[in-house]
Amino acid sequence: MNVLQFFQQNHAEVLELTLEHLWMVVASTLLAVLVGIPLGILITRRPRWNKPVLGGANVIQTIPSLALFGFLLPVPWIGSRSERLAILALTLYALLPLIRNTYAGIKGVDPAVVEAGRGMGMTDRQLLWQVELPLALGVIIAGIRVATVISVGLATIAAAIGAGGLGEYIFRGLAMVNNQLILAGAIPAALLALLADVSLGWLERRLSPREAVRSVAS
Amino acid sequence: MQNVSSNGVAIEFRDVHYAAPGGVEVLNQVDLEVKRGETLILLGRSGSGKTTTLKLINDLVSPTRGEVRVEGRTTKEWDLIRLRRGIGYVIQDAGLFPHFNVERNIALVPRLEEWPKEKISQRVGELLHLVGLEGGIAERYPRELSGGQRQRVGVARALAADPPILLMDEPFGALDPITRDELQREFLGLQHRLQKTVVFVTHDLREALLLGSRIALMENGRVVTALTPLEFRASRDPLVKRYVDAFGDGSPPDALRGTS
Repeated sequence: MNVLQFFQQNHAEVLELTLEHLWMVVASTLLAVLVGIPLGILITRRPRWNKPVLGGANVIQTIPSLALFGFLLPVPWIGSRSERLAILALTLYALLPLIRNTYAGIKGVDPAVVEAGRGMGMTDRQLLWQVELPLALGVIIAGIRVATVISVGLATIAAAIGAGGLGEYIFRGLAMVNNQLILAGAIPAALLALLADVSLGWLERRLSPREAVRSVAS
Repeated sequence: MQNVSSNGVAIEFRDVHYAAPGGVEVLNQVDLEVKRGETLILLGRSGSGKTTTLKLINDLVSPTRGEVRVEGRTTKEWDLIRLRRGIGYVIQDAGLFPHFNVERNIALVPRLEEWPKEKISQRVGELLHLVGLEGGIAERYPRELSGGQRQRVGVARALAADPPILLMDEPFGALDPITRDELQREFLGLQHRLQKTVVFVTHDLREALLLGSRIALMENGRVVTALTPLEFRASRDPLVKRYVDAFGDGSPPDALRGTS
């Protein structure tokens, strides 16, 4: 039985696992956005927090994913359902690209523009919302894009703790030494990653103000 | 900003020192008065402290010692936001917001001050006219403008809320000589009409002599002297003479003509 036949016969299950997979990715990325962007903004305002925040996110990134799932297992409420656990783990992994890109995006805004705003009497909040965030948006979305693509790949491992998703096929295929089954999980996962990359890449180009790049010609 | 002090002094530096965060002394005892309605030029070479002196006025930089008074009140006493909104600020390359079109750039302070919409768009029209730009340019973005146009927009933005004080940091420094000449002339006309208190930073002596009602020469974080253009040209002060000699009368200095 080749992969195409497998998809035809099991299309309902493939769809269900793909949706599970997608849910884990979307939920974790949204959570990471809600936490990571404010943290990124915070460290542009409070330089003292820069090292602990970025350092912490970096350390999380170095924990092997299977081990992280294991560490989170004893956490109450989270550990009681594998899906929650997977989403939390994926969120933690997505934090670093989000914090880093938010920080880099804001710091990358032309200092002359920021100083002009400050000098004309903009409050810090006005400067952030009207100048810095709009100009950093492209870089921030690039961070979301990286986080999402990583997360699609990592979410396959969530099947190891019974959280479902396309990893189910991959682990089943590994256990049964069945390459077709592995591909049945890997191909849709790869397509999801590609889709996320292309669509967020498009959004990134749409929302990066081209004007943000100071034109050299005058 | 109302005319609080009656002695005709708009800005006053008293024994101002400033050391950069690393401890490097940038300003070393600056004493200076800027009279209401005059154009005071801060002239000096790179690193002499001109820009820092300028930024002390809108408190982008705070003195480590001494005080800066604007309209009789020290910058510490001022509410920062109020102080800055009452001072127009023009910098080199204009510092326009790249994601705002010309209209929104000019309307910056009026919008922050929550002027009614009609009043803002009327004011933008007036200002475009004032700085010699056509109304059609209002929808364009900074990257679609020439250097000269950007600088005009920068001046219009600074004048938007009709501040009594204008700070200009080498506003024409990045322009080609012909455009610079044009903008300098227009600035003179504008200043003749508006009578703002202007503090203008430049290292270009010709620009200083043309635009200034007084020229304050800075060297090593101090104001060496403050003279009218006529006095400046005639001064025997060695530092002033050196500056004048370096520029000469437009012809190459003697030393370069070769010896006979």
